[in-house]
Amino acid sequence: MSEAMKVIFNRHERGRDALIPILQDVQKELGYISPESVAAISRYLRISENEIFGVSSFYAQFRFSPPGRHSVRVCLGTACHVRGGSTLLDCLQNGLGIACGESTPDRRYDLERVACLGCCALSPVVQVDGKIFSKITVNKLTELLKYYE
Amino acid sequence: MNRLRKRIESAKQKWEALQGSESPVIYVGAASCGKAAGAVQLIAQTERFLKENKVSAEIVQVGCIGPCYLEPLVDVQMPGGPRVSYNNVTPKSLGPILQSALVERQLLTRGAIGQFGRNSYKGIPGFFELPMLKPQVRVVLRNCGFIDPDQIDHYLAVDGYLGLMNALQATPEEVIGTVRQSGLRGRGGAGFPTFKKWTFCRGAPGEQKYLICNADEGDPGAFMNRSLIESDPHAVLEGMLIAGYAIGASKGIIYIRAEYPLAIERLNNALRQMRECALLGEGILGSDFSFDIKIKEGAGAFVCGEETALIGSIEGKRGMPRSRPPFPALSGLFGCPTVINNVETLGTLPNIFRNGAEWYTRFGKEGNRGTKTFSLVGKIRRPGLIEVQLGTTLREIVYNIGGGLQKPFKAIQTGGPSGGCLSEEFLDLAVDYESLAAAGSIMGSGGLIVMDEDTCIVDLARYFLDFTQKESCGKCTPCRVGTRHMVEVLEKISHGEGSAEDLLVLRTLGDTIRKGALCGLGQTAPNPVLTTLRYFRNEYLEHIKDRRCRAVVCKDFIEYRVIQEKCTGCQSCVRVCPTGAISGPRAEPHNLDASKCIKCRSCYEVCRFDAIAGDAIVIRTAEKKS
Repeated sequence: MSEAMKVIFNRHERGRDALIPILQDVQKELGYISPESVAAISRYLRISENEIFGVSSFYAQFRFSPPGRHSVRVCLGTACHVRGGSTLLDCLQNGLGIACGESTPDRRYDLERVACLGCCALSPVVQVDGKIFSKITVNKLTELLKYYE
Repeated sequence: MNRLRKRIESAKQKWEALQGSESPVIYVGAASCGKAAGAVQLIAQTERFLKENKVSAEIVQVGCIGPCYLEPLVDVQMPGGPRVSYNNVTPKSLGPILQSALVERQLLTRGAIGQFGRNSYKGIPGFFELPMLKPQVRVVLRNCGFIDPDQIDHYLAVDGYLGLMNALQATPEEVIGTVRQSGLRGRGGAGFPTFKKWTFCRGAPGEQKYLICNADEGDPGAFMNRSLIESDPHAVLEGMLIAGYAIGASKGIIYIRAEYPLAIERLNNALRQMRECALLGEGILGSDFSFDIKIKEGAGAFVCGEETALIGSIEGKRGMPRSRPPFPALSGLFGCPTVINNVETLGTLPNIFRNGAEWYTRFGKEGNRGTKTFSLVGKIRRPGLIEVQLGTTLREIVYNIGGGLQKPFKAIQTGGPSGGCLSEEFLDLAVDYESLAAAGSIMGSGGLIVMDEDTCIVDLARYFLDFTQKESCGKCTPCRVGTRHMVEVLEKISHGEGSAEDLLVLRTLGDTIRKGALCGLGQTAPNPVLTTLRYFRNEYLEHIKDRRCRAVVCKDFIEYRVIQEKCTGCQSCVRVCPTGAISGPRAEPHNLDASKCIKCRSCYEVCRFDAIAGDAIVIRTAEKKS
């Protein structure tokens, strides 16, 4: 078992209810849920790997492939939708040539849709690497992404 | 209890000192939305300014006061003067504000939008006299934007934890009685009387009981809970202590969305401070009440806002609802009696216990007592977080508070994806649990989305159904298969392949899902479709019969065109077009090749903002058939 996993396990009591917090820590640490980490969690919590995959695939937060360098998340909350969020997403999918949940082949960007970032008064918003950009237009977005190498 | 009283004493002194500070005080609204609007840069700029000019001033980061359209907000308080607010502050406009306040020691009155409190300046209106704020009543939001959410002393200075002290002096039964008298109903959406839930749980057998604060605010278009936690976390935590005491719980859990990192940070900080003040742990304030609070981060599943799914998620399982009974109040988390209350319900409690149940019943009307927060967004002039008495009309909210729309009003969606879409004739409807239900909608957690004629109703219904279908957990067939089928029918209609029978299919499916689904998500999922079918039937028919989308949204019914007479040939659109659909030499009208156009809107955006060509590119839909 890797050192990183040991550190994570030490933060949590051994119990079924620790599963999701552990998965969240693994994702924070590694960027994704690797098959090796699932095996380690399975041994630590004594839950089958199948079941861990079952739980983790239920939640939108968890990903199973390494992330790209920059995460681009388009908000598709209702306020963003009525103000053009879905057009932004269409353009990104077109421009980057990938669908939601995928990474560009050069691993520069990850594209995700998110249900709501809670900044509805600033809609439409896009989040790049955790930073929220407000009142985005198609053209602003194209300019914005150029700054993320 | 004496230790806390001493702390309150010193907190009040500190607060008074801040209000009467000898040096200027700068307050910056720094909740998530303020930060996204640019507050972080403004704080850094202010700090630089202090250093460069060798002047002193205190910078206080406060929460969100509500009017998001004024963000970022910066307040300046000169010695002996009131707090004066400046709106939509930019790095450029902040310079003169700081220069005059901190260097010239003369408050800049130009550009100030409002002021708070004593020794006021002439010519600047009171902040709460502004049209957006005046019709509002601030109970839950009373501290938001005023205190620093990271300082428990600020909360203590404005009578924080006084409600808890009052509650602990009564018996748990008396506490439940007070809540009963106040008429408080669950603010998560269903409106179940809070005291009833508590009574069931208190009476349930079992040593261990749990109190869960539901902060899994998943409704797209709603941010009331995020704002409250970010701006006044202690109010929610105090409410949890009161509720925990009433039901006999010793453990509290806050289940909060991982998408709200700032709210989580502020809660963690607040919990640390509570431990310092012995407000958590064994024998709180010298009573025999022991309580501790833990934070659990959600992992991104809308259905986890449903009580039993939320419990499953905390237990480390897939967040799937189970059938009820048994209700969580009897058998909830780990099989123990559990009460799940919404953030706003809990945030209201300290006010009830500080001012008394009777005071609270002054707000609202019979059966719908108190106030409710809403996030008012969409095509509205003054979007933001608002709080009104229950029973206020939608018209008051949309026009007096929200300032109306730029274009004609079309619809308002209450209750998020589980709610309904109401047309203009419902504007005089009083916002209370029963009236909204009678109109086919729900109160929900408090999202209000206003739409104008640019919003396509069919597209909106498809959007909501697409959302609930994606978030359906898949456990029960009506929801899993039914919502999927509804989305497919709606897509057919918006692509121009619909038939009149499809409307009947939608209706039948909607009714079946509503009756047959296991949990609240499924039962309410058809609401957006059923209400729009009722109130906006014509728009569906236009899509089907005329192949026309009057809002110019549905891509299959629209085309982009360059108006030759208006186009100046500036080439802006040629540069931004991702598919090379627009061509033409400089200074000559451009051509748009419809076969290459992907309708991405890039050209429309650049052209619209071009002063010369303005609107040379139009998006059109088919002519209306007579």
